Amino acid sequence: MKILVAVKRVVDHNVRIRVRPDGSGVETQGVRMSMNPFCKHAVEAAVQLAETGQADEIVVVSIGPKPANDVILTALAMGAHRGILIETDQALETLAIAKLLARVVDEEKPDLVLLGKQAVDDDSNHVGQMLAALTDRPQATFASEITLDEGALTVTREVDYGRETLALPLPAIVTADLRLNIPRNAALPMVMKARSKPLAVRPAAEFGVDLAPRLKVEKISPPPERVAGSRVGSVSELAAIIAADIDAMEAI
Amino acid sequence: MSVLVLAEVDNGVLSPATARIVNAASKLGPVDLFVPGPRAAAEAAASLAGVAKVMVSANSLLADSLVATLSELAVLYPYMVASASSVGKDVMPRLAAKLDIQPVTDIVAIEGKNRFVRPIYAGNALETLVDDQPRHVLTFRASAFAPAASGNTAPVEVLENTVQSAAKLIAAHRTESDIPDLATAQIVVGGGVSVGSVEGFQLIEKLGKILGAAIGATRAAVDADYAPNDWQVGQTGKIIAPDLYIAIGISGALQHLAGIQGARKIIAINSDPEAPILRIADVALIGDLFEIVPQLTAELERLGIKR
Ligand SMILES: Cc1cc2nc3c(=O)[nH]c(=O)nc-3n(C[C@H](O)[C@H](O)[C@H](O)COP(=O)(O)OP(=O)(O)OC[C@H]3O[C@@H](n4cnc5c(N)ncnc54)[C@H](O)[C@@H]3O)c2cc1C
Ligand SMILES: Nc1ncnc2c1ncn2[C@@H]1O[C@H](COP(=O)(O)O)[C@@H](O)[C@H]1O
Repeated sequence: MKILVAVKRVVDHNVRIRVRPDGSGVETQGVRMSMNPFCKHAVEAAVQLAETGQADEIVVVSIGPKPANDVILTALAMGAHRGILIETDQALETLAIAKLLARVVDEEKPDLVLLGKQAVDDDSNHVGQMLAALTDRPQATFASEITLDEGALTVTREVDYGRETLALPLPAIVTADLRLNIPRNAALPMVMKARSKPLAVRPAAEFGVDLAPRLKVEKISPPPERVAGSRVGSVSELAAIIAADIDAMEAI
Repeated sequence: MSVLVLAEVDNGVLSPATARIVNAASKLGPVDLFVPGPRAAAEAAASLAGVAKVMVSANSLLADSLVATLSELAVLYPYMVASASSVGKDVMPRLAAKLDIQPVTDIVAIEGKNRFVRPIYAGNALETLVDDQPRHVLTFRASAFAPAASGNTAPVEVLENTVQSAAKLIAAHRTESDIPDLATAQIVVGGGVSVGSVEGFQLIEKLGKILGAAIGATRAAVDADYAPNDWQVGQTGKIIAPDLYIAIGISGALQHLAGIQGARKIIAINSDPEAPILRIADVALIGDLFEIVPQLTAELERLGIKR
């Protein structure tokens, strides 16, 4: 069985981002970048399936500028076998990303595609679902558990009412949530070894996909600021404040 | 110009989020509502102001079959709208790609027929987008909009459901409780990992109960199994906008704050005077939650608070 994992390079989730004062975007110059956390869970899930002998090849793909190589190397160090960088300096919308990934699915014919549920920069939560539509495959998003048993895929999803378990025929698309597993930190020998694994770099233009944006970003602005209020010294003061708030709510 | 809205149905019952989505969507045109659920949910939906017509079908809530049904209905509508709930997030991007539309999701403000605001970077920035596509696929955050009034009696049309999902639902684990819906609650009490145990979390739940509040939790509390996953508030959990949020033993990580930015008032109880949550809290009490929370619950009871 072959698994394709899509990984995105994003501003590291620990960085407190800054909105540029001219409204043109978020400052990414000189900011630490890393693999989107949800993609790490997707890679880890694939590697675990390979370790139990249920998958024999893991291909990772990332779409982005040249430095996106780094997140592919991270995935290779975690245990993926081969990488593809679809290189572009353009910021692409999720539909274009999904179309590029659909081309890779056509070429690679993976039995399972794993993605993160959401990229923590644009917080879209689109690409897995869109790829499922474009490749006409069933989907299980927000996975917290994946089991494969002789070609039968079972996925537990985190949903608003709790959790639900789905059975899906392969080939299928699954997006990873944070409770799926604990991603490993690759040991140094694996990091060294990753550099010798195959990594193909292909320009995005080569795929014949229309990459033009559909939406116009008019501006990026900071959210309304909240400021610290008062501190109270006792439980009874706090209780009085809460009681007054409730009175005010009920008066409306 | 009209809008096709996918109603939120949970366990056969119309969710309170639907009234909010209908209200938001009616800014774009008259609303036709598709209800994937039983007739009773459709009747409840038909009472919402702004709804021109309800279509009901005993559809499964799985993405591929819902998309198959919606994409047939969609040909008649320039706008297709859902809540940014777990169903809306699952279904709408799939629908959009099938129709070759770039969706705009998690909208918190509608600034015109094709101008929308959505948070990015866990709510640390707001993106204003202009969507000039001829047709639009959108999701709205229920918490950002007021509910539509009721009293309407829109006609209900029953659709035959002919589509089958390739996936099969084999189990649903529902968190059974009588506490209010987190996404639309007026008061939310949230607990962090520092409650230390399931029993510790009951202190939070007890306080919530007398306030008639929904209960929230941090990812760390959910990961530790002190609270169910559907209580998680934040970037990857639920987005809330209550009048009052009481954050107990919660540090205030970026990803948690992403879920509470819409709260009108934030009260924090934390033993660390430097905790980041205190930089945004309207009212703070510094101290040990294990002492404060039982005292606070007792004090509110003594004041006769019961909702
Ligand atoms: C991609 C990603 C997505 C995430 N999504 C979410 C999300 O959706 N929601 C979310 O919540 N988190 C999310 N997180 C996790 C987040 O970064 C934090 O780790 C988490 O919110 C911390 O939870 P906490 O406040 O319970 O724990 P901690 O950060 O450990 O804070 C515990 C707090 O309790 C206080 N405390 C300790 N003892 C007491 C006591 N006796 N009395 C009073 N106060 C006490 C401490 O001073 C401290 O402030 C995400 C992380 C990542 C990487
Ligand atoms: N540029 C990209 N390159 C590779 N994978 C991506 C890219 N953008 C998004 N993805 C995948 O799609 C998931 C969801 O992203 P999004 O829909 O943008 O929130 C991510 O976790 C990745 O697995």
